[in-house]
Amino acid sequence: MENKFYTITIYTENNVGLLNRVSGIFLKRHINIESINASSSEIQDVHKYVIVVHTTEDWVRKIIGQIEKQVEVIRAYYHTDEEIIYQESAIFKIKSDLLFDERQIQNIIKESNSQIVTVSREFFVIAKTGRRHEIEEVHDKLKPYGIMQFVRSGRISVSKETMEISKILQEFQEN
Amino acid sequence: METKTLQNKQENIGVKMKITGAEAVIRCLLAEGVDVLFGYPGGAIMPVYDELFKFQDKLHHVLTRHEQGAIHAAQGYARVNGKVGVAMATSGPGATNLVTGLADAQIDSTPVVCITGQVARHLLGSDAFQETDIVGISTPVTKWNCQVTMAEDIPAMIAKAFYIARTGRPGPVLVDITKNAQFQEFDFEYKPCTGIRSYKPVPKLNVEKIEAAAALINSAKKPMIVFGQGIILGEAEAELKAFVEKSGIPAAWTILGLSAMDSEHPLNVGMVGMHGNYAPNLLTNECDVLIALGMRFDDRVTGDLSRYAKQAKVVHFEIDPAEIDKNVKTEVAVLGDVKETLAAILPHIEEKTYPDWLKEFETLYQVELKKVIEPELNPEKEGLTMAEVINQINITSEQKAVIVSDVGQHQMFACRYAKFKQSKSNITSGGLGTMGFGLPAAMGAKMGAPDRPVVAIAGDGGYQMTIQELGTIFQTQIPVKIVVLNNEFLGMVRQWQQLFFDKRYASTEMINPDFVKIAEGYHIKAKKISKREELAASVQEMMQHEGAYFLEVMVEKEDNVFPMIPTGASVSECRLS
Repeated sequence: MENKFYTITIYTENNVGLLNRVSGIFLKRHINIESINASSSEIQDVHKYVIVVHTTEDWVRKIIGQIEKQVEVIRAYYHTDEEIIYQESAIFKIKSDLLFDERQIQNIIKESNSQIVTVSREFFVIAKTGRRHEIEEVHDKLKPYGIMQFVRSGRISVSKETMEISKILQEFQEN
Repeated sequence: METKTLQNKQENIGVKMKITGAEAVIRCLLAEGVDVLFGYPGGAIMPVYDELFKFQDKLHHVLTRHEQGAIHAAQGYARVNGKVGVAMATSGPGATNLVTGLADAQIDSTPVVCITGQVARHLLGSDAFQETDIVGISTPVTKWNCQVTMAEDIPAMIAKAFYIARTGRPGPVLVDITKNAQFQEFDFEYKPCTGIRSYKPVPKLNVEKIEAAAALINSAKKPMIVFGQGIILGEAEAELKAFVEKSGIPAAWTILGLSAMDSEHPLNVGMVGMHGNYAPNLLTNECDVLIALGMRFDDRVTGDLSRYAKQAKVVHFEIDPAEIDKNVKTEVAVLGDVKETLAAILPHIEEKTYPDWLKEFETLYQVELKKVIEPELNPEKEGLTMAEVINQINITSEQKAVIVSDVGQHQMFACRYAKFKQSKSNITSGGLGTMGFGLPAAMGAKMGAPDRPVVAIAGDGGYQMTIQELGTIFQTQIPVKIVVLNNEFLGMVRQWQQLFFDKRYASTEMINPDFVKIAEGYHIKAKKISKREELAASVQEMMQHEGAYFLEVMVEKEDNVFPMIPTGASVSECRLS
């Protein structure tokens, strides 16, 4: 089975230590986490982790089983890139001189739909939101001019199909 | 004892009173029906111990000689009577000493609640004296854990801990309580936990799966059952028996499934796995339908997975969805409590017998009997074999003893040769293989089943890993029988060195102390034997002795356990010599 990017979405209780417990499952199977994001979800008091891994479907399925078995995990799902709408964000810090000296930089910003967040005497900051490869493209184009600082966020995503998490929670409540 | 516990429950449930967090811990334990716990005091748990002093007529605290001893004792207690075992320790080293037992209980699904003291809330994270992040450390080896920093959270967290430990697939839980929370006063009220919204302990029974499984089982020509500890944990022994007898299907067991079915039942075909019986191992790769009941296809059971039961359609009865397809691909997965699912499938099962198929088991058994079992039980060599000692215990105890084994060759002999009529009689460290488990687990088992004879069987290696618990046995007067099968070697490792490392016996020879003197130092009656003529009478003497008894048996130094499936080999390649 081939390795692919899988996006794992985990709905959890909001408790101290749970992220450690969940990340331990990846550690145990020696799987590197490509990106991770923890935030509130569409449901009050329910948290959502979005974790990206590069592995086989067989393994991701076993991992999902071991994640769901944790007492405070409500439900876990996995999707391929095609099954989700996702975004990542990146911020680039670049020397201000370049913005005026190198016309090409303005073109890169325009063509890639990046935004200039701030401009100061010494540096300016560009933000780019998009899919993984779009961010990589901007990075590669800017790199020859010198990037002072670069940071990329974890992936955030929603699935195309419904996750039915509210229904599950309702069932919990009723039982 | 029972009425006392009930009274305690009534005293505690639904009554509000202003007490300290430490007293709340005790009242929570009483409300959960705890009558004995194992532990070791220290700075960060002292307020709770102070309350234990006040409640000593209601709650028996057994002072072990090491925290590892405490948790193994709690495990032994839980395994023998199905209740939640409780261990208590202080922060730092006290807590970290529990880790091996937690890992053992996690992999063997044993319901245990550990309560640890922790430095005061304002010191957390400051590298205070005896501070350790036990919640972080124990996360991968607990079913659930938590830290409590306010007294008012103690009742709910302890209630949750007991609920999680005993429901679904059981497991160990750790509650870490900061010292300030133990001192703090609050309005105590105890409500047992009855559910957690994110936690579904038992999957719903699916009738379609039951029917699909029944159809597959009924159509089989050469079906075989392998049952595991799920039967014991789910108390489904009667359902298993009914299922086996109606279907006529031969049933084999994993090491932790041992004692769930009468050893002498005609359809009991023995143990599977690395040192299991010849017939069920070989025939795993001959059967057409493999029915797995409450077991998890451990690698010591399956050998090489790519050559395990490939011809068979697998029906897996399991409470934990994460076990389905984890190691072996399933045709039909029947999720649920095995007691319910077995009862539900029984009406769909056709009454059958498989005389030709059973004959295949019998033929292979005869091969093993001749080549392995007979020579082990009636040896021609001068030295005693481990198997004949186990057999003598069977005879003397009339198969009624609880056998608690340690880890190594003697464990395999114990599980291969011990015979049982009653469930929950075989207690051993299966998944983790924890040397040192036996002696403390036997103490706990004796406390959990005071009316049953409990025999600890250990090797000279593992015995010395927790030998200090003789102190607990002496102080608490626990009438447990201890048998050390002494071959002056770390026998299992030596066996592997002999077979796979050209007899390079690196660090496996043991120069041992005078074990009899050590036992006598603890005022435990002790005896050492090395001759066959002494065996029967000595075992008799041990079993009849009222208190604790230590029997050291010198056995053949370089005996090997067979049959054996070497690591990486297929179950079909089970060796007899």
